[in-house]
Formats: sequence, structure tokens, C-alpha cells
Amino acid sequence: MRLKVLSDKAKEAIEVQFPSYPDKRSVLLPALRIAQEEIGYLSESAMIDVADLLGLTPVQVYEVATFYSQYNLKPVGKYLIQVCKTLSCALVGAGSIVTYLQEKLGIRTGETTSDGLFTLKLVECLAACGSAPMMQINDRYYEQLTPEKMDRILEDLKRDGKSPLATGPFMLPVMGERS
Amino acid sequence: MQTYEPILLKNMSRPGYVGSLEDYRGVGGYAMLEKVLKEMSPSDLIDIVKKSGLRGRGGAGFSTGMKWSFIPKDHTGPRYLCCNADESEPGTFKDRQLIERDPHQMLEGIGIACFAIGAHQAYIYIRGEFDLGAEIIQNAIREAYDAKLFGKDLFGTDFDIDVVLHRGAGAYICGEETALLESIEGKRGKPRTKPPFPAIHGLYQEPTVVNNVETLANLPYILKNGPEWYAGIGTQKSTGTRIFSVSGHVKRPGNYEVPLGITLREMIYEIAGGVREDKELKAIIPGGASAPFLKPEHLDARMDFESIAEVGSMLGSGGVTVMDVDTCMVWAAMNLMEFFHHESCGKCTPCREGSAWILQVLRRIEGGLGKPEDIDLLVSLCERIEGKTVCAFGEAEIGPILSTIKNFREEYETHIAEKRCPYRPDAALAIAH
Repeated sequence: MRLKVLSDKAKEAIEVQFPSYPDKRSVLLPALRIAQEEIGYLSESAMIDVADLLGLTPVQVYEVATFYSQYNLKPVGKYLIQVCKTLSCALVGAGSIVTYLQEKLGIRTGETTSDGLFTLKLVECLAACGSAPMMQINDRYYEQLTPEKMDRILEDLKRDGKSPLATGPFMLPVMGERS
Repeated sequence: MQTYEPILLKNMSRPGYVGSLEDYRGVGGYAMLEKVLKEMSPSDLIDIVKKSGLRGRGGAGFSTGMKWSFIPKDHTGPRYLCCNADESEPGTFKDRQLIERDPHQMLEGIGIACFAIGAHQAYIYIRGEFDLGAEIIQNAIREAYDAKLFGKDLFGTDFDIDVVLHRGAGAYICGEETALLESIEGKRGKPRTKPPFPAIHGLYQEPTVVNNVETLANLPYILKNGPEWYAGIGTQKSTGTRIFSVSGHVKRPGNYEVPLGITLREMIYEIAGGVREDKELKAIIPGGASAPFLKPEHLDARMDFESIAEVGSMLGSGGVTVMDVDTCMVWAAMNLMEFFHHESCGKCTPCREGSAWILQVLRRIEGGLGKPEDIDLLVSLCERIEGKTVCAFGEAEIGPILSTIKNFREEYETHIAEKRCPYRPDAALAIAH
């Protein structure tokens, strides 16, 4: 089978999951994740490749790609900043976090900086309510945010591609913190 | 302040405990999986869990032993266990901690549940945003396979259990058990009509049990200490401990494991340190965004399934959100309606369309453009959703609206009379874009 855009490596990463399920279609969500990681977003060609690999029609892939919020049907910046806007975060300042990021990056929510580095997006609850306000950038959470902390995170990412301020294995309250 | 002995959070509270296989086995981990496989029958196991009174920790609070017993005994084809790690109920962040700090505790519970229902295949459905949690579980699964705790012929028996981690991709509804099954099957996460229930026609139409992370994590301890021990914790009908996630305007937000049945007052004022800046309390959501709002007069209600239902809300997922006196209730209801509108899967018209209409009316009230008849209109819209949807999402989304109207009606009336939000003078501007 000749794929349009996905690499052999991606194909292999998808096919290796087939034995985990009685039906290949079950690999659709993982396959779309792999495709998105490789291409950066889910282009039509990438979705057609996934359909071919899984023996599905393109529309069966498209209807799933459009249902789940983590799939990007358009290109996004190198760092996708997703700020939680749901109640617990909103109660303790998610709004000012968004305002701060918009001003700092010079973009509004839903937009990407002109250098292609940052996309800013509002999302619903990410299950980090006790350590609000919070944001997810690519595959890591950043919690208990303050303007100073956000400055450092964005500088770290620009410089090193990662930040030590990302949350590790989660525990709240932190041991020894309670009186 | 009274302290309580944790069960599920105990290991991770030990200094230096990181949740590796070595750590978990060091505290006796996997001994109960070995014991059930070698010495027990599935029906004994189901009886023990029934006797313990354990109820589902995902939100519905259904008896775990009972749920298992619905799996047809004479079914010859495959059966499946699904671990629901799709934690997405706003205000809830307990499973995340159980997963990231002690993954083997959950995995042992999965093995035990598989044996109870005769399943040889388990899927862990974890929400897509939990990248770190997925890495940690994947690593723990690898450790467990290497130690022959999963795989073929476990502990010298002929029982096989395979575990596969399946990652979601961002959809609250996939926490609903039939939507979760659809999602594993590679489809949109749209809940199925019930009956048939998953115990009869579940994943790939085979008998299936879906259990929450916290529910499963309890199993090793129930077996180790006995069902009487477990049933002796909590209240008569709501047994055991529960991990409550406390957030919002409290001084010490976090996950607290306590026996079921302590009061909201103890949870908020003693354990979580009280309201920030010692402000007056205005509202409490006791069990995740789907649970109706309560008022300070409910502070002495006990946090067990029955008592919270008696005061008109629900214990749900155990996510406790606290709001101080300066919080606008119309805004809070609007915020949650934005959530529900975004997350409605679109299958049932009353929910899909109704959520949009409710949000529109709330926005205009909050923005100072509300009309006196809007309050009745909201109630009418809610009534047109209740009981008219395939899954419980319909009842969930109207909870915040009806309960804020019931408990804080004067705030809606003030918004409409003054043509502005008394708490957020710039609300009209904010809503405009």
C-alpha cells in the first residue's frame, strides 16, 4: 500500500497495535494521534492514509477526527498552549491568565504567533482543579500559574524546548505542606 | 482536627514511595491478585465485594459486586473489563493522582476484577490529555508483564490477563460507560441506548464491566482486610473511604481521602482550611459539575450518597467546588453551561439544542440584557431536556441551572432588574467577544 504522507515509521507504529484489539477500527484513535504527531495536524491526506491502513472509508475517519477536541484539523504552532477555562480554574483567575498570555504573545485565543511558535487556545476542564489556574502545553501540565511563572515557562520553551516547571507525578496537597 | 487513616493514598504518602513495581510489592502489592487466582472462585470474590458494600466511585455509586454479577455466567465468548480513567468531571482530579502516584495499585485491582468476571482482556481508557499518566501506566504495565503479573498462566494457574492502555482524544462524554465503549471501538463517543446494558452487550457486543480507577484500587484492600472491615468504614449504605477533590475558593485545595459520611463543614472548614481570605461562603458543588449547587445551610449534610441526595444534590464524582460570597451565581451557571454545551455529543436533540438555548439565555442575563420572563424560560428549557435523553448528561447539565435558580433566584432577578451583573461590571464587555 502506498501512503500519501505518513512515514513507514508511523505506519509501523499504527500496525503494531492491531493485535491489541479484535477489530482494527479500534486503532483509529491511536492512529490519528500518531498521524498528528508526525504531520503536526490532521491533513486530509493523513486521514486518508489512516483510513487505508485501517480498512475504513475516509468519512469514517473524518467523523471521528471532528468529534474529539485534541485533533487539530488545521496547523498549530510548535507549542500549543491550552488554558483551562472551566469553573474551578475560572474562580481563581483563569481569566487573567488568558489576558496575560494574549498580551504577552500579541495574539488572541485561537491564533498563532507570527513566528509559528505559540498557539493559544481555551479548553474545558483538564482535571487539575485543585492546582488552578493551569494550562497544558503540548504533552505537559503547568499548574498554580502566576505571570512570573508563565514568563519563565515560555522562555524555557523557546530556549530549551521544555521547562522544568512542568508538573511531575501529581500529588495535592504536597506532602509536608499541610499544617 | 481529626485525622483519618487513608487506604488508597497511604502508599504514596510514604517518604520516597514513587509507585514503581518494587515500591508496590514492598508494601505487599499483588499478593491479593495471587491469592484470588490461586485460592478463590469468581463467585466467592463477587460475594466478598458485595458484602463490602463497595459502590462505584465514578459518579453513579452503583454496587460494584452487583455490577459484576450481571455478567452472564454461561457466556462462552470473550468478556471484557474496562477501567474508566477518563476523569473529566469538572472539579475532580483524584484518579489522576491514583494513576500517577500508584499505578500498580490500580493494575492489581484490574487483575482482580478480571478474575471476578472471567475476563482475559482489560482496557484502560485514559483521557487523552493525561500524557504523563499514560506514560506512567504504560511503564507500569511493562513492569508487571516482565514480572509475569500479567500475561499467560498467571501464578501457575491457567488464567490469562492482558492489559492494554487506550488513550482518548478529548471528549467529556467518553466517561459515560457506553460512550467509552464506542470510543474504544474507534467511533465517535456517543452513548448507547440502554438496555441492553454493557454486562450483556458491551465492548464488541460482548459482556463487559466498566469500573472507575478508584473503585478498582479499593479491591486489594477489601480482600486483604475483609469485607466486614471495609463495611465498618463510612456509613451503613455508603461504605469505605472516598477521595474528595476540593477546589475553588478554599485555603488548602487538594485530594482528601476520608470515610464516607463526614460533613461538608468538616471537609471545607477543617480539612481544606476554610474559605480563602476568610470570606463568607456562598455555594458548594458537592460532587462535580453535574451535581446541583448547595448553600451554606447545607454545611451539616453528610458526604455520603444518601445524605447528599436528601438535600437535593448528589455525591457524584466527589469533586467539591467551593465558591465565596463574591461569586456571581449566574456567571457560575453560565460557565458550566459553556462546558456542557461544548461537551454535548449531539446525539439527542433536547440536549444538543437545549444546551445552546440555555447558554444563550444565560449569556444575555449575565450581560445585562435579560428579560423578566427569562427565568421561567430557563426552567422550561431544562424541563424539556430532563428525562428526554439517552444518557444522564441531560440531567447533569440542567443541575447547575435549576439549582442556582432555586437557591439564588434573587441574583437572577437583580441582573435583570439592574441590567448588569452586580459582581462583574465588565461582564457585558467580556461576553460581547
